[in-house]
Amino acid sequence: MKEREEIRILSLNGLLGYGFPAESLKEGMKRSPHFIGVDAGSSDPGPYYLGSGKSLTKKLQVKRDLSLAIEASLAAGIPLVIGSAGTSGGEPHLRFVEEIIKDISKEKSVSFKLALIHAGIEKKAVKKALKEKRIKPLGETVPQLTADIVDKTVRIVGQMGVDPFIKAFRGNPDIILAGRACDTAVFAAYPIMKGYDPGLSYHLAKILECGALAGIPASASDCMCGSIGRDYFEVEPANHSRRCTKISVAAHSLYEQASPFGFYEPEGYVDLSGCDFQQESGRRVRVTGSRFKPCHGLQTIKLEGVVKRGYHTISMGGIRSRDVIENLDNMEKYVSEKTREMLPAVIVEEGYMLNFRFYGRDGVLGSIEPLREKPLHEVGILIEAIARTQEKADTVCALARSLALHFGFEGRKSTAGNIAFPFSPSDFPGGAIYEFCVYHLMETEDAGSFFPVEFKEV
Amino acid sequence: MKKMQEKAEVFRSKNAGPFLITIDIMFDTKEEFDDAVKSGVINKKTVSERYELAEEKVDILVFPAALAVKILFPRKISSGAPCDRDVYGAQQAGCLEDFL
Repeated sequence: MKEREEIRILSLNGLLGYGFPAESLKEGMKRSPHFIGVDAGSSDPGPYYLGSGKSLTKKLQVKRDLSLAIEASLAAGIPLVIGSAGTSGGEPHLRFVEEIIKDISKEKSVSFKLALIHAGIEKKAVKKALKEKRIKPLGETVPQLTADIVDKTVRIVGQMGVDPFIKAFRGNPDIILAGRACDTAVFAAYPIMKGYDPGLSYHLAKILECGALAGIPASASDCMCGSIGRDYFEVEPANHSRRCTKISVAAHSLYEQASPFGFYEPEGYVDLSGCDFQQESGRRVRVTGSRFKPCHGLQTIKLEGVVKRGYHTISMGGIRSRDVIENLDNMEKYVSEKTREMLPAVIVEEGYMLNFRFYGRDGVLGSIEPLREKPLHEVGILIEAIARTQEKADTVCALARSLALHFGFEGRKSTAGNIAFPFSPSDFPGGAIYEFCVYHLMETEDAGSFFPVEFKEV
Repeated sequence: MKKMQEKAEVFRSKNAGPFLITIDIMFDTKEEFDDAVKSGVINKKTVSERYELAEEKVDILVFPAALAVKILFPRKISSGAPCDRDVYGAQQAGCLEDFL
């Protein structure tokens, strides 16, 4: 029987907290999935979340999604699998989601078995690997890693593959909550554990981890259903107002990827070059031919880490006077020079940065903007100060902002002020600012040992 | 002559990790896709000039299964680092609109 040969998976959405229609979850549950999965993380929102320990999606967003998902998974007696908890999957991120799960358990008076998988990587282990030349950058513009940079890193996480999830599944938990994980591992571990083809499992997982993004209309805030058989997999959005097409599913392997022809996992390479896509019904697509080539020798773990670069404060406003718009470059030069002159010496000695962005002129592209000289009638100005402490960043920003407001250039007619500030106060402290410094592959003989699984009763 | 941005169904940019930008240009029909590829308009020279990069830093991949052409190049500033202007890399394709 075809039914019995298949494993069915329900993907909640593209990112835990992004929301989904409750009706889609109901629709998805009608297909009797073997588990519900959801990816909760990404490095896309930048280095701040890994550095600060905070989550991109807020507590009440995550709680809303999780409440519905936990209710559905407990009622069906199937596991709920969450990967890359709290955006970045470090220890504070894992605790953030764990606390929400505990809240839900209390409020609903339900208890369950929770498997926690940790993904924080000790600096000691990274430095050892560095010494043994088992670390290489992921791309030519990734800065060289040194022991000194490792020491300065706020936090390092590793992306776990399928093995830690398989270990967790074997303990029969109701919920698996994992730290930083390959997006695919969340969805591929179960079918691989059950003996399904890894190539098809990873490829299916790659589509499911984005929710209904491979659907038309695309959405990261809706559920996607997947099923895998012996030599194929199928995907179909749970929501009847969306559909998958051959092209939408094939095109998904382009999204945020360096190559549509395949991708690397800790366990090997997934070759998509021989894939075939068939329209099974109006909304369902069947895929065959995804092939897995296991890596020989050492396994690899993708590491992510950030350094703190200081604190920043921003001020923004608009410019609508022709004379001021004609003098934007002069304004930037004047304000930069005068700020340096008038700042407390200690800030200058410690180092600070003052950045201007003129939206409407070249705010997005900067110096490569081809239309930079086009006539403008209104410009948005963003002043950003970066310094060692928040107080110092506030100071640099406040000084630069007042200098910009009152900059008296030649031919000035709008002599009462150069900028329309929409708010009082006009300046906003932005907290710490970080930069990715670790984006490397670490070779290891035992990748699993870096991701301990812990079982808890909640 | 219509620009690629008008002819294509998708004309987008995005991060592929914090150190790489990818631009996807996707077409609605096989004819439009074939025409675009044959025309040679999407080439390394144009891309490297617009983004002020060495030509060898630019990669262009043709992906017939999705009627798509993919452009890849490294970021000069990693996502979200000081002086970055586009954390998600989602608005970098505009630079090419008038030149393809």
